[in-house]
Amino acid sequence: MASNVIRNTWILTKIRVRLAMRNRTFLFFSLIMPLGFLFFFVTIFSKGDSAWTAYILGSILTMTVMGSFWGLSVQLVMFREAGILRRFRLAPLGAGPMLASSILSNYILVLPSVAIEILVTKFALHMQGWGNLWAIFLLISIGSATFSAFGLIVASVTNTMQETQVINQVIWTAFLFLSGATVPLARFPHWIQGASLFMPATYLATGLENAATNLATHSEIITDLIALGIGLLVAFEISRRLFRWEPEAKLPGSAKLWVLAVMIPFIAFGVYENVKGDRLALVRQDFQMLNSTSMATPPKSH
Amino acid sequence: MTEPVIQVEGLYKNYGTVAALRGVSFSVEEGEVFGLLGPNGAGKTTTVEILEGMRTPDSGLARVCGLDPEKSGSQFKEMIGAVLQSTSLPAKIRVKEAIDLFANFYRVHGNTNDLLKRFQLEEKRDAFYSQLSGGQKQRLAIAMALVNNPQVVFLDEPTAGLDPQVRREIYDIIEELKGGKKTVLLTTHYIEEAERLCDRVAIIDYGRVIKIGTPRELKHASAGTTRIEVRLAKPVENGVLGQLDAVANAREFDGTYVLHSTRAPHTIVALVKHLESDSNELQSLEMFSPSLEDVFIELTGRRLRD
Ligand SMILES: Nc1ncnc2c1ncn2[C@@H]1O[C@H](COP(=O)(O)OP(=O)(O)O)[C@@H](O)[C@H]1O
Ligand SMILES: [Mg+2]
Repeated sequence: MASNVIRNTWILTKIRVRLAMRNRTFLFFSLIMPLGFLFFFVTIFSKGDSAWTAYILGSILTMTVMGSFWGLSVQLVMFREAGILRRFRLAPLGAGPMLASSILSNYILVLPSVAIEILVTKFALHMQGWGNLWAIFLLISIGSATFSAFGLIVASVTNTMQETQVINQVIWTAFLFLSGATVPLARFPHWIQGASLFMPATYLATGLENAATNLATHSEIITDLIALGIGLLVAFEISRRLFRWEPEAKLPGSAKLWVLAVMIPFIAFGVYENVKGDRLALVRQDFQMLNSTSMATPPKSH
Repeated sequence: MTEPVIQVEGLYKNYGTVAALRGVSFSVEEGEVFGLLGPNGAGKTTTVEILEGMRTPDSGLARVCGLDPEKSGSQFKEMIGAVLQSTSLPAKIRVKEAIDLFANFYRVHGNTNDLLKRFQLEEKRDAFYSQLSGGQKQRLAIAMALVNNPQVVFLDEPTAGLDPQVRREIYDIIEELKGGKKTVLLTTHYIEEAERLCDRVAIIDYGRVIKIGTPRELKHASAGTTRIEVRLAKPVENGVLGQLDAVANAREFDGTYVLHSTRAPHTIVALVKHLESDSNELQSLEMFSPSLEDVFIELTGRRLRD
C-alpha cells in the first residue's frame, strides 16, 4: 500500500515536471523573473557591498521558494475544472499521490533555479563567501514543500480558478511585502515587525537571509525549520481532507474554516516570538551590522 | 447460471430538485455488450458513473463483479476501464506519455506500443493531446480505458459529436472488444450504434428503464410496423392521419408527420386519397423499416433526437 503511494507519487511527479518544462509562463516566473530581480536589486541597493549582495540573494531565494505557492498546486484547480482530475480518479490512485506530487515536482523545479541564483550571485555579482549552504539547502527544501502545501490549501478551498487567483494574489502580496523578502523587516515600524511574526513567510525570509549572509545561529535556523515543517504537515493533511476530484463538487463555506487551522501553529509561533523570542532583536541587530559593515569596509573588488 | 457481472437494482439519484434516476434496474452478463439507449438527460451518465464509483446513489444497489464500486477501492479500479463522457487530459501531454502514465498506475498493464498500433495512433505517438482531432482523442481515450486489460469496460457516449465516418471507425474498435470476451456497458443516443453493437439494450428515459431486450426483440415488440414520415403543404387536423387504413399511431414532430403502419402500401394509398379530397399536397414521403427509434417513439411519444 505505502509502496504504491510512493510509486504513484513518483510517476506523477515525473510527468508534472515534464509538463511544467513545456510551459513557457511557468519557466518565466520560476527562473527568468527572479534572476531579473536579482540583478536589479543588487545593482540598485548593494553598490558592490558583498554582505548586502548576500542579503539580497537571501531575498531572491525566498521569492523563488515562495513561488512554489503558485506553482503546481494551482494547476490542480485547472486540472479539476477541465475534468482532467476525474480521469485520474478512475485509476487506482488516491488524493495523496496527487497532492504529494505537486509538492515534490515544485521542489524539483525549484532546485535548479536556486542553484543558478546562487552561482550567478557568487560569480557574476561577486558575492564573497557562500553563506551557510547547508542551512540554505534545508530551508529551501522545507520551505518549498511548505509553500506548495499552502498552495494546495488554497486549491482545496476555492471553487473556481478565478477565486484561486484572487485569493493567491492577496496572500502572495502579504507574503512578499511583510515578511522581509522585499523590504528588510527592520525598516518597518515595530508593530508591523511584530505582526509579521505570525506569517509563515517571515520564517522563510529571515531564515534564508541569515543563512545567505552567514549571520544565522543554529537555534534560529532550527526554529525556522520547525515552524515551516509544522506548517507543512498541517497544510498537507488539511488539503488531503478537502481534496475534490470533480468540477461540480463545491466546497461548503463552513469547510473553509479548516484553513484557519493552518494558521494555528503560526499564531503559536507568533505569540511566542513576540513575548519571549529574540528573533526581531536579532533581525534588527543583523540589519544594523549589515549597514555598519557597508560603511566601515569599502567594497572589495575582485 | 453465473452471477451477472453488472447488477443494478432500484437506483435513485436526485441532484437538488432534479430526479436524475427514478428506479433504474438491469443486469449485464459476462461477455455481453449492453447498451443504455436514451436521449440527453435520460440518466445514462449518472447510472454509468455510479457503477464506476464516481457518484453516490441516493438509494439502490450497484455491483460490478460482486463489488461495491464506491467502497472497493483499488481492487475494483484494477478491474474496470472507462471512457468518461466529460473529461480531458493536459494539453501538452504526448499521446505515448499519456498511455504510459496510466499504464504505470496499474499492477497489470498492457504494452503501450501494442495499444498505439491497435488504435492507429502510432504516427501520433509524439503529438500533444491538444493537437489531436476529436476521433483521435476518442481512440486515445479508449486505449487508455484498456491499458489495464480490464474485465469490464464502460463507454459513455464514445462517439458523441464525431462525424459519421469517424464514428464507424470507433464501432470497429468496439466490435473488436466483443471478440475479446470483455463485458461492455455502452451508453448512446444513436440508434444505429445500439442496433449494431449491442447484444442487449435498455431503453432509458427520464431516469427509468422503459424496455430491455435484444435489438431484435425490441423491434419485434413494435409489431413489425413501418415508419412513414411525410411533410405536407398544409397542416392537417390532429387525429385525422391516425384514422387512415392500417395506421397504428400518428404523431407530428416539427411539421413532420410520423405514422406507424402495419401495412404501408394500404396506408399510402389512403393517405393520398385523403390529401386529394382535402386539396392538400404531399411534399415528401420517406419510409423506414422498423428500428429502435420506433420503439422509442411508441413508448415515449417522443423522438430520440430532438
Ligand atoms: N452534476 C450534476 N448536477 C446537477 N444535475 C445533474 C448533474 N449531472 C446530471 N444532472 C442532471 O441529471 C439528469 C441526468 O443527467 P445524465 O445522467 O448526465 O444524463 P445522460 O447521460 O443520459 O445525458 C439531467 O437532467 C442532468 O441535467
Ligand atoms: Mg451522458
